[in-house]
Amino acid sequence: MEDELGSMAAVLGAAWGGARAMTATSGPGFTLMMENIGLAVMTETPCVVVNVMRGAPSTGLPTLVGQGDVMQARFGSHGDYELVVYCPSSCQEAFDLTVLAFNTSDLYRIPAIMLADEVVGHLTEKVVIPPPDQIPRVERKAPASGPSPHLRLYEPDDDLIPPMPPVGEGYRVHVTGLTHDERGYPATHAEAHERLVTRLCEKVRRHARAIVRYEEALTEDAEVILVAYGCTARSAHRAVQLARERGIKAGLFRPITLWPFPEERMAQLAQRAEVVVAELNMGQMAREVERVIHKPVARVNHPGGTILRPERILEGIMEAAS
Amino acid sequence: MNEGRVATQPEAPPMALPSLGEVIAAHHPLDSYIRADRFPHIWCPGCGLGIVLTAFVRAMLASGIPPEKHVCVSGIGCTGRIAGYLNLDSFHTTHGRAIPFATGLHLVRPDLEVTVISGDGDLFAIGGNHFIHAARRNLDINVICVNNFNYGMTGGQLGPTTPLGAFSTISPYGNYEPPFNLPLLAAAAGAVFVARWTVLHARQLERAILRALKKRGFTFIEVPLRRKSPASRDVRPVGAAANRGR
Repeated sequence: MEDELGSMAAVLGAAWGGARAMTATSGPGFTLMMENIGLAVMTETPCVVVNVMRGAPSTGLPTLVGQGDVMQARFGSHGDYELVVYCPSSCQEAFDLTVLAFNTSDLYRIPAIMLADEVVGHLTEKVVIPPPDQIPRVERKAPASGPSPHLRLYEPDDDLIPPMPPVGEGYRVHVTGLTHDERGYPATHAEAHERLVTRLCEKVRRHARAIVRYEEALTEDAEVILVAYGCTARSAHRAVQLARERGIKAGLFRPITLWPFPEERMAQLAQRAEVVVAELNMGQMAREVERVIHKPVARVNHPGGTILRPERILEGIMEAAS
Repeated sequence: MNEGRVATQPEAPPMALPSLGEVIAAHHPLDSYIRADRFPHIWCPGCGLGIVLTAFVRAMLASGIPPEKHVCVSGIGCTGRIAGYLNLDSFHTTHGRAIPFATGLHLVRPDLEVTVISGDGDLFAIGGNHFIHAARRNLDINVICVNNFNYGMTGGQLGPTTPLGAFSTISPYGNYEPPFNLPLLAAAAGAVFVARWTVLHARQLERAILRALKKRGFTFIEVPLRRKSPASRDVRPVGAAANRGR
């Protein structure tokens, strides 16, 4: 396509055509895609968007690392909505999570974002790609009955997710980015808007426990919990080892779904430990962690261009431990 | 005595008057291709969009392609609402992005007849880039541009098709920018079929749409509406300003 506005629109067209469709970009292109990510949310169109984060704002640091799009990935398009954001830390995970992203996207009819960073994007590692029949695949929910003149395209089931009919089969769907009723027809008034937007948010919130993924290392006895994701989690792993060598009981908590954020586990861990958040931005996820644990966290930040080195993160751990 | 007898009879149920949409759906020959339950439509009295809608439906029927294999994609604006009134698989997308949306759909389902119907502002201002690239690629989709020479839905602002010198709500001294010539633009960008018929040429328009539906490759039809849009102020070229720069 000629630009990222167009590629995101084409992905949605392809998704309604029945394909599992994705697009990939970095920074400025992600900003352009926000327009039709909103359309994907509103029309409940499954799609996967990869954003390999660079140092930013604007053109910023092309091909150099950053993690400053954490909030944009969650809130970047206008209006209230919920979606899923995965953050890989390795090449294997980039593959595995993309498979998962497609399945989650098809299951809940939401956009799924793969929020990688430049380090993971340029990394060369061994990746095991299983045979196609061993790759888990979730199919989109199909309508229970065939085409009918009384199709209620956006009538959700009990799980708040409406089935998605294919085009070209006589269902005669009408899909609009306007606030719509259960038939899919524009209904631009407060009652329809409340019903629709509430459901769009609730269908993700209600399934958050099933969606959330995270990884822990050495957290059982930890007195300092280090929170890090993406490439920073790799440095953080080393920093936790260095801290343990110095007798500090540190542990690593790595959210794999940045959104929905693994709130419950984070809050549990924080009950008996100090929390340090290390990230390649000026404190975006630290804000979310503080919201969840109801106490201040220590921050290790850098706006990007280089990784956060383990020694730098270690300083943050030692400060929090003292 | 008379009154007493009337009073003992059960009351006749109030006559249920059918809604306007139901009347049209029950009697109009094109009813099954139009979502008459959505009527009355939003278009202003005197607007030519209804003629475009009818011409498209008639051409679609004449094409012999079954309705379930037609897809209509539109953008934003008055014309953008056409998709919603057609009883087809229809998509009302974001402003300017009807063509890229149609591109993705066409690539996955080349067996479907995909037609983009949208306005001049949508296709040639915010969506202009997508138009020339789709034409360049010669994708097998049809684009019908309903041109009202201004942004009618929002109150009559000038756009890339507003005639030189024309007054609009944001050009009180006359438009000083020359407009696009849409068929020439489409042909230069690579469209393999280009036509222009106003809504006064309803039959010719219908035949042109039919030829476009039958033609493989990127086809383009411009449909100028009357120049004076009900939503806008006096949109007409004026002497001195119209001659400026020419």
